[in-house]
Amino acid sequence: MSDWEDYAMETPRASVTKMLTGIEGFDEITGGGLPRGRTTLAMGGPGCGKTVFALQALVNGARQANEAGLFVAFEESTRQIIANAATFGWDLPALERKKLFFLDAQLSPESVKAGQFDLVGMLALLGTKARQIRAKRIVFDGIDVLLGLLDDPVAERREIYRIRDWLLQTGLTGIITQKVGGLIGADQHYTYLQFMVDCVVVLRHEVVDGSAYRNLRVKKYRGSGFSGDEFPITLTNEGMQLTNRGPTELQYEVSDERISSGLPRLDNMLRGGYRSGSNVLISGAPGTAKSTLSALFAEAACQRGERTLYVSFNEAAVEIVRNLRSVGIRLAPHVKSGLLKMYSTRTRGPNVEDQFGELRAQVRAHRPRCLVIDPLSALSTKMAHLASADAAQQFLDFLKSEGITVVNTSLMDGLNTDEATTTGISTTADTWIHVSYVVQDGERNRALTIVKARGIGHSNQVRELTLSDDGVSLTDVFAAQGKVLMGVARWEWEQQEQAGKKRTLAASVLKRLQLQVAQAEAAARLQVVRTEMEARSAEIAVLADATGSASKLLKTDKAVLRKMRHADEEVRVAKRLSAKNGSAKGGAIKNGDRRVI
Amino acid sequence: MAKTKPKKPGAKTALLLRLYVAGNAPNSLRAVANATAICEEYLTARYELEVVDLLKYPKRALTDGIIVTPTLLRLRPLPVQRVIGNLSDTNQVLLTLASK
Repeated sequence: MSDWEDYAMETPRASVTKMLTGIEGFDEITGGGLPRGRTTLAMGGPGCGKTVFALQALVNGARQANEAGLFVAFEESTRQIIANAATFGWDLPALERKKLFFLDAQLSPESVKAGQFDLVGMLALLGTKARQIRAKRIVFDGIDVLLGLLDDPVAERREIYRIRDWLLQTGLTGIITQKVGGLIGADQHYTYLQFMVDCVVVLRHEVVDGSAYRNLRVKKYRGSGFSGDEFPITLTNEGMQLTNRGPTELQYEVSDERISSGLPRLDNMLRGGYRSGSNVLISGAPGTAKSTLSALFAEAACQRGERTLYVSFNEAAVEIVRNLRSVGIRLAPHVKSGLLKMYSTRTRGPNVEDQFGELRAQVRAHRPRCLVIDPLSALSTKMAHLASADAAQQFLDFLKSEGITVVNTSLMDGLNTDEATTTGISTTADTWIHVSYVVQDGERNRALTIVKARGIGHSNQVRELTLSDDGVSLTDVFAAQGKVLMGVARWEWEQQEQAGKKRTLAASVLKRLQLQVAQAEAAARLQVVRTEMEARSAEIAVLADATGSASKLLKTDKAVLRKMRHADEEVRVAKRLSAKNGSAKGGAIKNGDRRVI
Repeated sequence: MAKTKPKKPGAKTALLLRLYVAGNAPNSLRAVANATAICEEYLTARYELEVVDLLKYPKRALTDGIIVTPTLLRLRPLPVQRVIGNLSDTNQVLLTLASK
C-alpha cells in the first residue's frame, strides 16, 4: 500500500537533486549527499552519532554552502548541543546569529499530558523562522521522544505525516533522527517512518573485543543509487567522517620522481631513492634503527625544503629530537622554521579509527609532502579487527591520493622476527626495508635488506647498518662459507682477505716472470730453427738450379740425336724414362729436407 | 464569574492561566472548549484565563517555550505548571492546577 503511494508520488517528480552534507566520505557513497527538498531519517542506538551527523550536515550547509538551517532539539537542550558542537570546533553561537536557529523543543519533565496534542503550532513557528532566515535545511533531533509522548499510534503517524507534508510544502531538506533502542517491539512500532522518508541512514555502535566501533549504512535512497555497505565512521575533532569512502577506484597520480631516503648508499640500493608519493615500510626488531632511518628521510626532506610531518607514538617529540642528535641528525632547526611538524601522541584506545581520523586532520592542517609515522605498528596492535585494518588502508590510500610520501616503521615482536608483519601493511607497502639483528661471535649487528621495491630495480644484497657519532652508514657485508660476516668478523675477514690478496699478487708476479723466461727460450729456439731453414732453402735453391740445367742439356742432346737418326718410336720410350727419373730425383731431395728438420 | 480575557492581568488574581492554541486546529478548538468548561464548572477561586493564538503571536510562544499545541500554562501560583494536550482529561487538568 505504502509502496504504491510512494510510486504515485514519485513519478511526477523530476530526478533527485542532492544536497552536500560536507561529511567526508558520505557525499561520496551517496553520490552527492542527501536528497534535496526531501526527508532523511538517521536512525541508530544511543551514542552512535545521529545528532552529530545531522548537526554536521546543518553546520556545513551554513559554512560551506551558505545555506541557513533550523535545528529542533527534542531530546537535549540546545545549550548542551551547542556545547557539544564546540568540541568539534564548530562555533555555533557565531553561526546562530545569522545562519542557524536552534529551537529547544524539549518538553519539560514537569509537563503533564491531558489529552491529545499536535505539532501545528510548532510547525507554524518553524515556518516563520525559516522564512525569516531563508533556511534551506532543518533537523528534527530525537523524534522518538516526541512520538513517545504522543503515546498513540494513530496520533504518532498523523504528526509524522504532518511534518513530512510541511517539509514538502516549505521545500526544506529535512533530517529526522530517531533513536532505536534495541527493544524490538518499540522499534517495529516506528517502522512506518522508514517507509515514509526518502532516505534512511542507519548508524550503529558496537563493541568488539573491548573496542568501540561506529558504522554507517545507507539503507534506502529513493531515486538514487548508493552504496549499501556498512562503512566505519570516526568522530574526530572536526566531526564525523567515513574512514572508508566506499568501493572507489584506486586512482591517483603516480610519479616517477625519486626522493632521497637521506642515506646515499640506500638511495643507490634503490637505484635512486624512494619513489615520490609512495609508501615505504621499515620493519625490524626494537633498536634496529628504524626511527633513525625514518628521521634521516625527514631531515633530507626538510633540507630539500619540503614540508614534513613526523608522527610518533608513545615517545615525546623533544626526546626524539634529542636522541637523533646523537647520530648526527638535526631536526630542531627545521622544527623551528616550521617546515617540520613533530606530532607526538599516545596510542589511546584500541579503536584506531579515531586515531587515523586525527592523523588525517594533522595532515590536512600541516599539508606535508613527506610523512613519517613511527611506529605505525603502534596502531596495528588491534588490527585484527577488519575495520581497523580498513582504516589503516584507507589512510594510506588517502596519503597516496594526496601524493604524500610516507615512511612507516613497524615493530616486529620477538616471536615474529621473521619477515612478516601482523598488520598486513606490508602488502600495501611499495617499498619494504627490513632491518634485523645478526648475532655472531658475541656481537649484535644490524643487517639491512630491501624486501621489495615495487617498480624499482633494487639491490638484493644485505648491507650492514652502522650508527656512530658521525652518522649512519651502510657497509658491504661479506659472505663467506655460507655465512654473512658483520662487525668484527667482517673486519677480520677484510684483513684476511687483504693478506690473501697480497699473497696471490706475489704469486702471480712470480708466475709471470717464469712464463716470460719460458717464452724467451722458445723465441730463441724459434730463431735458430728459422735460420736453419733459411740455410736449407738456400741449399735447395742452389741444388735445383744445378739439376735443372743438367736435364736441359740432356734433352737438347737427345733431340739432336733424334733429328740425326730420324727415329720415332725410340724417342717416345726415352721421353717417358727421362720424366720418371726427374720426378724421382725431386722426391728424394724433399725427403732429405724433412729429415734435416 | 471570572473574566476569560482580562485587559490587565489582575495582580490579585490567585490563579493565572494561559492557553496557547494553533488557529483552528481540532485539538486547539477542543482545548479552548475544555478549558472554559473546566474553569466554569470546577474553579471556585478567582481566576484568569488568557487564550493566545500561536499563529498570530509566535514570538510570545517562543518566549514561553511552547513546543506543542495546545499547551496550558499555570503562571500563578508559582511554580509554573504546564499541561499539554486538548485538556480532555479533566482530572489530570484539575490535579495539575491544584498542585503546589
